[in-house]
Amino acid sequence: MATNVELSRVPAASADLAPRLSAVEGIAQFVRTKPLGALGALVILVMLGAALLAGTLAPYDPYQPDYAAQFQRPGAEHWFGTDEFGRDVFSRILHGARIALFVGFTASLAGCTLGGLLGVISAYQGGTVDLLLERFMDVLLAFPQLILALAVASILGPAVHNVVIAIAIPIVPRAARVVRATALSVKHNVYVEAVSALGATRRRVVLQHILPNVVAPWIIIVTAQLAGAILAEAALSYLGLGAAEPTPSWGLMLSGSASAYAEKAPWIGLFPGVAISLAVFGFNLLGDSLRDSLDPKLRGR
Amino acid sequence: MRTYVLKRLLLIIPTLLGVASLVFVIMRAIPGDVTLLILGGDQAGRIDPTQIAALRHQLGLDQPLLVQFGHWLWGVLRFDFGTSLWTGQPVLQELWIRLPLSLELALLASLVSVLIAIPLGMLAAVKQDTWVDYLVRVVSIGGLAIPSFWIGILCILLLVIYFGWGPPLEFTPPWVDPWANFQQLVWPVLTVGYRYAAVTTRMTRSSVLEVLREDYIRTAWAKGLRERVVVIRHALKNAMLPVITLIGTEFAFLIGGLVVTETVFTLNGVGRFVVDAVAHRDYPVVQALVFLIAFGFVVINLLVDLTYAWFDPRIRYR
Repeated sequence: MATNVELSRVPAASADLAPRLSAVEGIAQFVRTKPLGALGALVILVMLGAALLAGTLAPYDPYQPDYAAQFQRPGAEHWFGTDEFGRDVFSRILHGARIALFVGFTASLAGCTLGGLLGVISAYQGGTVDLLLERFMDVLLAFPQLILALAVASILGPAVHNVVIAIAIPIVPRAARVVRATALSVKHNVYVEAVSALGATRRRVVLQHILPNVVAPWIIIVTAQLAGAILAEAALSYLGLGAAEPTPSWGLMLSGSASAYAEKAPWIGLFPGVAISLAVFGFNLLGDSLRDSLDPKLRGR
Repeated sequence: MRTYVLKRLLLIIPTLLGVASLVFVIMRAIPGDVTLLILGGDQAGRIDPTQIAALRHQLGLDQPLLVQFGHWLWGVLRFDFGTSLWTGQPVLQELWIRLPLSLELALLASLVSVLIAIPLGMLAAVKQDTWVDYLVRVVSIGGLAIPSFWIGILCILLLVIYFGWGPPLEFTPPWVDPWANFQQLVWPVLTVGYRYAAVTTRMTRSSVLEVLREDYIRTAWAKGLRERVVVIRHALKNAMLPVITLIGTEFAFLIGGLVVTETVFTLNGVGRFVVDAVAHRDYPVVQALVFLIAFGFVVINLLVDLTYAWFDPRIRYR
């Protein structure tokens, strides 16, 4: 028993040995060691700023058609030009950041939370519950992500909140699988056995001893899925199954008019694509670096 | 090996049964009545109720759910997925027309991606943390970030503006006119291939990195072997295993890529068939395609797992 207590203290003790960093030093170190991750974080901050301040920053109303200003070239008046309804593309892109971030965050958080909970339950309960949940997850995993999202979206119909559901569902089994694996290895740790032997309730074991240990992989999955969710929203909206007109969704801005007016107004199809790519790029870079620093196996590589 | 194969084969039966049931459940969750859609959707009030009842009977929608589920399963077993509500043709026949194009696109895109990805991934791993590595990583993360439909749109923008090109309307098979076929598919292939290559490059890089840290690589270096021999003969061979698995998981990416790329380039393939069916609310087609794609995914993953077990005997004993 004594050795068990000692063992569980080891990580805490070694963490104390590491020099404590202030927030500024921490950020400076992150920028130095993970330049690409810092770049990603910067992109995300800009995007967050655009989304939060879209109301004040946007020079025009993103919804209001202005038929006197159709197909304006990018210039001082309209930085990114105007579309076939005379709407300012720059303003629509700023407002589009809200939709991309909203769908990205809610879908990946919802999918990963549900998946994570199922994963923990599956790992902790074991037996039949585990077997049934695992088989169900296998079935969900048998569908390519976009196809499952398409099928769900086709039934729910085009609307932003339906897109969130359509994107979140395929995330569930992916999160469940990773969290279950971690929870399983945590469950077999000696200290979990020890607290169970000391008479801790199941709720206490799960909430205080298993959940805190699956947070790191959970965060990794949430960031990894964020980029995918933003891309999926763009793809669904592009295909006409996501946000509906006149919502300024980046994917929707690329559908139809972008290729129809390719010759006349190529900027309509240019800027929303840049916005999507930058956003996904930022989240991918940050997610990669976060995984590198949170996963001890990859640390120091 | 034989017990492993048997076990895996038996395990896909419940998965496929689950897939069939889930597809059935999803398709029965459609709000409203499919018959109303077929008979003209919005003017529901003016449609003769006897006509609706007749159609419901014809489609078997008036039977108990369990019976309908039985019919669906029986159909699946015989590969009979009913007829399209839109064209009235059997779903399989419609699929058959579109399959060659998508297969060609998928195969060529995979080929392009492997040709780009394996050398680049290897190079990035060997030159880890140098500018070469950063460049390869940025390009490959870019491939993940840039949506394929946007790359497609950019291709079209450039082609239209500079060459006055418009996408051809009819697919020309390679055996009819190889040149026309090439012209038609080269941009879609590159669009899908780049994205696919991005994923494979990353996997190759991390897997070569992993292998380069193994003891036997240190031994190879200690023996005084040249870098080329160490990397190609010793590291690459073992690093290829995880990359093989990727081919299976990447099938999903490929399908997703086909769905959007075929839409951008207005190619009449399986991917666009899915989108059209969803847009037309052609539920029998959606149901059949979603099931068949999942079926293909399961089978490919099984084959990949078996190949993997064949190469790495440790897996069979897990």
